[in-house]
Amino acid sequence: MTDIFGLLKGKPEDSDYMKKGVIVQGITGAYGSLHAKNMITYGTNVVAGVTPGKGGQKFEDKVPVFNTMQEAVDATNAKISIVFVPAKFFLQAAKDALNAGIKLLVAIPEHVPIRDTMEALALANEKGATIIGPNTPGIMIPELIKIGIMPAMPFKAGKIAVLSKSGTLLYEISDALTKRGYGQSITIGIGGDPVNGTRLIDAFDMVKDIPDLEGLVVVGEIGGDSEEMLAQRIIDSGFNKPTVAYIAGRAAPKEKRMGHAGAIVMGNYGSAESKVSMFNKANIPVAKRPADVPVLLAGKMGKSD
Amino acid sequence: MQLLEFQAKEIFREYGINLLPSKSSTNIEDGRKHAQELGFPFVIKIQVPVGGRGKAGGIQKCQNMDEFELKYPQVMDLKIKGEKARAILLEKMADIKQELYLSLFLNRSKRCYTIIASNEGGVEIESVKSQIIKEVGLGEVSDEIANQVAKEMGLQGKTADGFVDTLKKLSKITIEKEAELVEINPLAIMQDDSIMALDGKFVTDDNSNFRHPELEKYQEKTAIEERAEKSGFSLVELDGDIAVVGNGAGLVMSTLDMLSDNGGKPACFLDVGGGATTESVYEALTLISKLDRVKGILVNLYGGIVKTTVVAEAFLKAYEDNLIDLPVFSRLKGTESEKAKEMLQGSRTKIFDTVEEAINAAVMGVKK
Repeated sequence: MTDIFGLLKGKPEDSDYMKKGVIVQGITGAYGSLHAKNMITYGTNVVAGVTPGKGGQKFEDKVPVFNTMQEAVDATNAKISIVFVPAKFFLQAAKDALNAGIKLLVAIPEHVPIRDTMEALALANEKGATIIGPNTPGIMIPELIKIGIMPAMPFKAGKIAVLSKSGTLLYEISDALTKRGYGQSITIGIGGDPVNGTRLIDAFDMVKDIPDLEGLVVVGEIGGDSEEMLAQRIIDSGFNKPTVAYIAGRAAPKEKRMGHAGAIVMGNYGSAESKVSMFNKANIPVAKRPADVPVLLAGKMGKSD
Repeated sequence: MQLLEFQAKEIFREYGINLLPSKSSTNIEDGRKHAQELGFPFVIKIQVPVGGRGKAGGIQKCQNMDEFELKYPQVMDLKIKGEKARAILLEKMADIKQELYLSLFLNRSKRCYTIIASNEGGVEIESVKSQIIKEVGLGEVSDEIANQVAKEMGLQGKTADGFVDTLKKLSKITIEKEAELVEINPLAIMQDDSIMALDGKFVTDDNSNFRHPELEKYQEKTAIEERAEKSGFSLVELDGDIAVVGNGAGLVMSTLDMLSDNGGKPACFLDVGGGATTESVYEALTLISKLDRVKGILVNLYGGIVKTTVVAEAFLKAYEDNLIDLPVFSRLKGTESEKAKEMLQGSRTKIFDTVEEAINAAVMGVKK
C-alpha cells in the first residue's frame, strides 16, 4: 500500500521534510507552465521541469529544465512528478518517469486511451510506484503541498479527507466544508476516466489510518463500480470515522457519456441507484446536493462523539 | 463510440463470426431490393443505439411483400427511448434451438477484461441468475479458458467448438478495436448445432479513436455535437427545455440532478471544460441557440479564479448580437460578482448566489 504521507511530506529526519521535490513534465507548454507557476506560488517545491529539446533553460529564472526524466531525477533525486503532456504522449511520459525512479506520478491529461493507462499501471506496479489519474485535478495537502490544477481558494488545512472523481465538485464541496469549519487533511482527485491509477478503495487505504482524521467525504459519480467497492471495503474494514458521500449523475440517461469518459451507465453497471444503495448499506448518508455534504457530515460527527 | 447492430455485425463478419444473411437500408426502395435478394421470411430490425427494441415493437417478422410494405415504414417511424431509427436491418429468419448470452467487457476496477456467459440469452443479462463470470487479464482469451467456459455452460461437440471459436474471435475484436464492451445477445444454437450471432453490441474507447481510422465511418455525431467537440466541450442532447451549462463534468451532472429533482427538464448537458472565458461562454450560448426546444438557460460556473464580469460580458454580447433571446439563470462563483450583477441589470440574465436559487428561478421562468 502506498504511504502517501511519506511521499508527500517525508519523515522529520529527511533533509527535504515537508518540502518534497516535484518534477513537472511538460513545464514549457501553456498549461504546464501556468500550473507550475500556481504550484510554486502555493508553496510546492518544484525542483525541475522536463521538455524534450528545451534542456538547459530555466523556468521562471529558477527551475532547471531537462530534456529527459532520467536527467531531471538524477539531478534532483525527486520521487514525484506531475504530467501535463497531451494525452497521446502520456504513456511515453509515464514510462520515462517510472523508469527514472518516480514513485508518485500525477497524471493530469484528459482523453488518455484506456489501454495506455493500463500499460502505465502495469509498469507502475512492477516498479512499486503509484499513479493518480489520469484526468485528475491532482492531490494536495492543503497549506503544505499542491500537485495539481486545483485553485487554492477552496481548501484549508484540517482533518477531513476528501476523495473525488470530479474536479469542480471537489472544489465546490471542499469550499462548502471549509466554510463550515471543516478543513482538509488531504484531498485526492481520483479522475473521471474508466480506469483510475488510484481507485477509490486505494485512496481510502491511503487515508483511513491518518491518526487525527475526523471524517471522510467521498465524491463519486455514475460509471463503473468504484463506489460500490469502496462501500464494501468500508464495511469490511470496520472503519468508523464519520463518512458522507455524494454521487453525481442520478438524472443522466443510460448509455450516454456525461462529459467524463468514465461517466456512463451500461445496463445497470455504473448506475447511481446501485452506488447509493451500497453506501446506504454501509450506513453512509448520500447527499442529494453538494451543499448538503457539510450538513450531513456535521450530523454524523455529532452522533459519533 | 457505440456501434449499431449492423455496424457491429460488419466487424463480426470481418473476424469470421457466424452470422445470418442480412442487409441494412435507410429507405424503403433499398429495403425492397434487399427483400427480394434475401427472400422471405425475414425479420425487420430497427437500428437504434439503445436496448429494449423488441419490447417496443422494433423487431418484426415479415412473411411476404404485403407485410413488408406495411411494417417497414412502421418500424422506420418508431422511436425507442427517444431514439429515431438510424437504419433498418433485414435479416433472414433463424431456426433456433437455444439462445445463449456472451460478452466481454472491460472490468474497470479489476483492470482486466471479463467474460460473461449464460445459457439464458435473449433477455437483459442483469435479470439472468445463471451467469458465468471470468476475469481474463488483458491478453486474448486462451483455448483453455474458452474451453472451460464452454464446459461450464454444458456445451458439447460441434456446439462447444462453435462457442469456443466465437469467444476467441470476440476477444480478438475486443483487443484490436480497444472495446469497452462487445456483446452477443442472443448467441444462438441452431438446429444443426452450429453457433450464430443474432445481435451485436459494441462500445469502444472514444479516447483511442485516433488509433482507429477504420471505425471513423461509424462515428455518429450531430452537427452541434461536432462543433462542441471542436470547441473542447462535451455536449449531450436531452429532451427537456432548460439548457444546462457549467464547467466540469461532475458539476454539470450535479446541476442536472438538482434541476430534475426540482421538476425541471434539461435540454442538454454542456460542459465547457475547466476554465470559463468570454469566448467559451459565448460559444456555449451559440451552441444552445441552435437547439430549438430551449426555453431557458441554466448556468452553473465554479472557478476560484474565474472573473464573473468576464462571463457577464459574454451574456451581454450574446444578447447584443441577437444570438439568444432567452432568459439565463446563472450562478457564477468567482470574483467581482457584485460588479457582474450591475452589468447585467436590465438584461434577461439573472445572477444568483446559490445554484438552488438559480434552479428554482429557471423552473418557474420556463413555465411562464
